[in-house]
Amino acid sequence: MIRTTFASLALSAALVFGGTAALAAGGHKEVTDYSFSFEGPFGSYDQDQLQRGLQVYTEVCAGCHGLQYVAFRNLEELGYTDAEVRAYASQFFVADDGPEAFPGDEREALPTDHFPKSSLSNAPDLSLMAKARAGFSGPNGTGINQLFKGMGGAEYIASLLTGYTGEEKDEAGTILYENKAYEGGYLSMNPPLYGDDVVYADGTEATLEQAALDVSAFLMWTAEPRLEARKSMGITAVMFLGILTVLLYLTNKKLWYPVKHRKGHTPAE
Amino acid sequence: MGGIPHDSYEPKSAPEKWIESRLPILGLMHATLTIPTPKNLNWMWIWGIVLVFCLVMQIITGIVLVMHYTPDTTLAFASIEHIMRNVNGGWAIRYIHMNGASLFFFAVYMHIFRGLYYGSYKAPREITWIIGMLIYLLMMGTAFMGYVLPWGQMSFWGATVITGLFGAIPGIGEAIQTWLLGGPAVDNATLTRFFSLHYLMPFLILGLVIVHVWAFHTTGNNNPTGVEVRRTSKKDAEADTLPFWPYFVIKDLFALVLILVVFFAIVGFMPNYLGHPDNYIEANALATPAHIVPEWYFLPFYAILRAFTGDVWIVMFTSFVTGGIIDAKFFGVLAMFGAIAVMALAPWLDTSSVRSGRYRPQFKIWFWLLCFDFVFLTWLGAQVPDDTLLKIEMATWSLIATTYWFAYFLVILPLLGVLEKPLEAPATIEEDFDAAHPIEAGDGRGPAASPAE
Repeated sequence: MIRTTFASLALSAALVFGGTAALAAGGHKEVTDYSFSFEGPFGSYDQDQLQRGLQVYTEVCAGCHGLQYVAFRNLEELGYTDAEVRAYASQFFVADDGPEAFPGDEREALPTDHFPKSSLSNAPDLSLMAKARAGFSGPNGTGINQLFKGMGGAEYIASLLTGYTGEEKDEAGTILYENKAYEGGYLSMNPPLYGDDVVYADGTEATLEQAALDVSAFLMWTAEPRLEARKSMGITAVMFLGILTVLLYLTNKKLWYPVKHRKGHTPAE
Repeated sequence: MGGIPHDSYEPKSAPEKWIESRLPILGLMHATLTIPTPKNLNWMWIWGIVLVFCLVMQIITGIVLVMHYTPDTTLAFASIEHIMRNVNGGWAIRYIHMNGASLFFFAVYMHIFRGLYYGSYKAPREITWIIGMLIYLLMMGTAFMGYVLPWGQMSFWGATVITGLFGAIPGIGEAIQTWLLGGPAVDNATLTRFFSLHYLMPFLILGLVIVHVWAFHTTGNNNPTGVEVRRTSKKDAEADTLPFWPYFVIKDLFALVLILVVFFAIVGFMPNYLGHPDNYIEANALATPAHIVPEWYFLPFYAILRAFTGDVWIVMFTSFVTGGIIDAKFFGVLAMFGAIAVMALAPWLDTSSVRSGRYRPQFKIWFWLLCFDFVFLTWLGAQVPDDTLLKIEMATWSLIATTYWFAYFLVILPLLGVLEKPLEAPATIEEDFDAAHPIEAGDGRGPAASPAE
């Protein structure tokens, strides 16, 4: 009895504790539970999607938003060759740190350099955005939704990019745009995507939702580039420890068997 | 050891004798490993091993993290990202360390509530209990300072709020807060000292853990019946106990590995579930997060802290009596620390002569209510105070739950010992064990080896 009650206490506690994170989001924002290839214990990134997402980032987001924690060399993980990465990096300029450079000098970026920081002061850096936002919360601060749907960072970004209603309002000289996914309802970023904003190299049709999903997946990669290694570690660890658990269970059972199952003694008569 | 009669270590080979006559470490290891342990221990007695494992795991992963971390406000956040991206296996070590803190606290809460239910805090184990409470306090300090190190938004604002508590102490509070922070606000001086102490305190915990184990190895383990191991003869003692190795080592290892399956599933598949998304935003002194929430393991005490606002009568009364010295903020701080203090005083507040809750029918009800209260407080700590549950404000619920927490220790435990009529506990541990595992009818081969009578 005690054992099961403790177990149920543990379970209810676990559900409650999950709620901490849930609260960050709050509000009444609408986040669609989009399906991504990297979800679930066996999920992995779709390399083509990441390449498309990089294209959307480069052609649309990069105008204002930086990716300061991501290095150009990391792009090889998206399937680009060394030469392609070099060519890509060279379109960006970074501070020149060479021996003959003067302060303020710039040079073309190399694969070892990082993406630039945000060029617009109120545009947040996007490197970690997919982990800095939670799409799902609740119900009632219990965190159960996150247990089943995940944290929802990528879903939140995709919902935000597709969530503009078209309404605008002028607040002290700043135009704010209404968005269904944004907690306050209005945000200062104008709608960045309308559909057909980019022409995908792989021929995929660049609808609004397609571009939003692609760039969200890309930003999940920038936030968690080691996601695939992490999941494979998780599977290996759970399998290995699972087998060890069974072996130890059997060892323990055998060890205690003579203690718990003592044979009676026939009376001496 | 422990006054429980059993065979002591006798060195046999020449090298053993050589070492043992110079440093009796072999005897100490032997005594620790073969210590007679009550054979009726249930699955709630596995958390101690889990906790030792957690401490070692946190120290090892922590030492590796320090090799790559930079304690400087301009570099700390980026150095965490460096660990997550560039260091080989850095993401794994960091996620294990991060979630390891949660496992550590989960295990310590199970361990504490085990002790509260089975009366492990009662004589002669008061010192074990008090040392345990000191370890728990140090754990909270260590975890809090560790959470500041990534220098995210929650790190910064959590540190601001928690150190602000010390500022609530009348008169000297502000000076203490400045001293703790190393300046007027949370800044580089705060980060570097928290880093230093976060590295130091686990080793203090390790020292206290050794004393904790030493203490209960002297008194002997408690057990689900609360009945002491018989020390009348070696034969009696052996009927009540089994050696720690291999019986309890294997049992504890099984439980530990099972828990690790769940732990690594969390690390592998949902490592940020227990964390806060805001901590992936670099600390910004100019942008306060909408809701500042501590890590889950602090939530019950955070709820108690917030429960006492200026419009609670006891706060108003105290403020009036003390001439305003104890205001609502300071009252909350006192309540938060008091909540742990009353728990630490449980050995002297519980007046019942029966140790285990198993034989205390009324105590059981109050105990499970306390467990529910604790989970409820945890939940309340994450809520917005103005929100309502069943049309009652969360602040009011927090006050009710806090009241029960204090009432349990200060009123219920002292009174129950007098009012409650306990059930009869078994005379010996052997009797309890035999009742759970009756001797099977079998082939009585030879005379009984060690019957109770």
